[in-house]
Amino acid sequence: MNSTPRTQAIRVVPVPHRRHGRSALADSFFRGITRLAALLVLALMVGILLVLLVQAWPAFHRFGWHFFSGTQWDPVTDQFSALASIFGTLVTSLIAMIIAVPVSFGIALFITELAPAWLRRPVSTAIELLAAIPSIIYGMWGLFVFAPIFSEYAQPWITDHIGNWPLVGVLFQGPPMGIGIFTAGLILAIMVIPFISAVMRDVFDLVPTVLKESAYGVGCTTWEVVWNVVLPYTRVGVVGGIMLGLGRALGETMAVTFIIGNSHDISRSLFMAGNTISSTLANEFTEAVGPIYTSSLIALGLILFFITFVVLGLAKLLLLRMGTREGRKS
Amino acid sequence: MAFSARYLRRRLLNGFNLGVSVLATLFGLFWLGWLMWTLVSRGLQWIGPSLFTQSTPPPAAAGGGIANAIVGSLLITLVGVVVGTPIGILAATWLAEFGRHSRIAAVIRFVNDILLSAPSIVIGVFVYAVVVARFGHFSGWSGGLALSIIMLPVVLRTTEDMLILVPDQLREAAAALGAPQWRGVVTVVYRASLGGILTGVMLGIARISGETAPLLFTALNNQFWSSDMSRPMANLPVMIFQFAMSPYDNWQHLAWAAALLITLAILALSLIARILIRANAFVK
Repeated sequence: MNSTPRTQAIRVVPVPHRRHGRSALADSFFRGITRLAALLVLALMVGILLVLLVQAWPAFHRFGWHFFSGTQWDPVTDQFSALASIFGTLVTSLIAMIIAVPVSFGIALFITELAPAWLRRPVSTAIELLAAIPSIIYGMWGLFVFAPIFSEYAQPWITDHIGNWPLVGVLFQGPPMGIGIFTAGLILAIMVIPFISAVMRDVFDLVPTVLKESAYGVGCTTWEVVWNVVLPYTRVGVVGGIMLGLGRALGETMAVTFIIGNSHDISRSLFMAGNTISSTLANEFTEAVGPIYTSSLIALGLILFFITFVVLGLAKLLLLRMGTREGRKS
Repeated sequence: MAFSARYLRRRLLNGFNLGVSVLATLFGLFWLGWLMWTLVSRGLQWIGPSLFTQSTPPPAAAGGGIANAIVGSLLITLVGVVVGTPIGILAATWLAEFGRHSRIAAVIRFVNDILLSAPSIVIGVFVYAVVVARFGHFSGWSGGLALSIIMLPVVLRTTEDMLILVPDQLREAAAALGAPQWRGVVTVVYRASLGGILTGVMLGIARISGETAPLLFTALNNQFWSSDMSRPMANLPVMIFQFAMSPYDNWQHLAWAAALLITLAILALSLIARILIRANAFVK
């Protein structure tokens, strides 16, 4: 991304016009105002964290560690704990990753190695458009179009054939409602595929052609080149892309709110309704009465922000490492 | 013999995996096609002139449109763009022209990339706590503010990417002519990357105009015509949410029509932005 030789060049600029008092003033004003804008980004991040922390404090103070371990969410008795929402958030995102990662890998492989040149750009663009469609549209489509078809054709079959397997069978039991944790995870997968496949495609393109040609030269098949050369070379970047997609999936709100069924119970079957942190917020925040209810919801928001902060930060660090390695090589 | 069996197995594995890769691509494209088909088949029939001239109707009434939501969305998005864009461009200018390799610039880039993907609903909660709770009511302004916070990192990121593509020789040439640095930036660097900056703004608009979650707690919704930004304000995303979840046929029809409109608008914006980015690639 960054090429190195720019450092020295910029140092030349500020020296020569000290004699004009006015332009020196204008310069320091310009410098100051851009700096202020840049620092605002930091202030925003710190501000969000602080505000959420202050507002969430009453809930943390009142429920203590129980906020993370209990399963109750009862506005009537003012008993709140985040476990069901955290569970739903993690499980839906996990399902999304299990589906989205291999599919994204396939798409990136197709775009970088298989597709003829004229097809690359249209396919990349079409996949990226999946990310441009608003979340709420996925939600409407999921609830009104996908869920009925899924519950009528796919779910009974899955329950009949996988539902009696040992261990995993219990995950696929239950009434075919169409909506629920599994459907939410599936639709999240479709929503994060464009993010993950775009990163994978970009890092696959970073592999030096010489490396790939050497592998082809000793007789590797395309698959062997991808699996033994491209993937090891880009491992860090690929993991970064996956983390980026995971960060997106964790915080996704509207689509999940439509299709997860919004129940505060933790159930063993993936076909049952559940909720996530973001869907709980979307459903209950404007209706919350009483300071402890609102505070508990904001505490949920803080937990979500914290989880995504860690995941996205990790993604960014991995991708940076990929970038600097590439920079050193070239 | 053994050799050729192994060769055959490698060929088979290769063919199988590449076939799966093609299937994965088709899998991705399939959902895009299905989504678009759903929107067109369910939304197109309800699009007519009254959609753009009338306000949202009461439940189960005949007629009505989404004019108030369209206008509200435009106003709220406008506030988001007007607040978010200049800050994003200025911050990107500092990163590209002054900060560059300093440690604080690296930290700002890092934080910005996290904000870029941060859950938008948390931004909504933040604005609610800071603005809505303080003033005691939902408002169009707070919705615009929430959108501007989502817009800012998008503009910052694309603008910085574009600014660092401008060759340093141009900056040196401006300095050699005696131009102060601000002038060099404004008249030379900005001009050279204008297309790219505009593209960033368009991508930002595409990103915020479909955002629903942050508006739920800020702009809320308003069933009537309103151009008063200090009150709850109708907007397309929240209207779609409420109408789609309602049991009334006429509301659901309007929701599908609005969904088709907003998706087409956003897809068009993103496509144009992509074409512009390619046209601007000369700086490379």
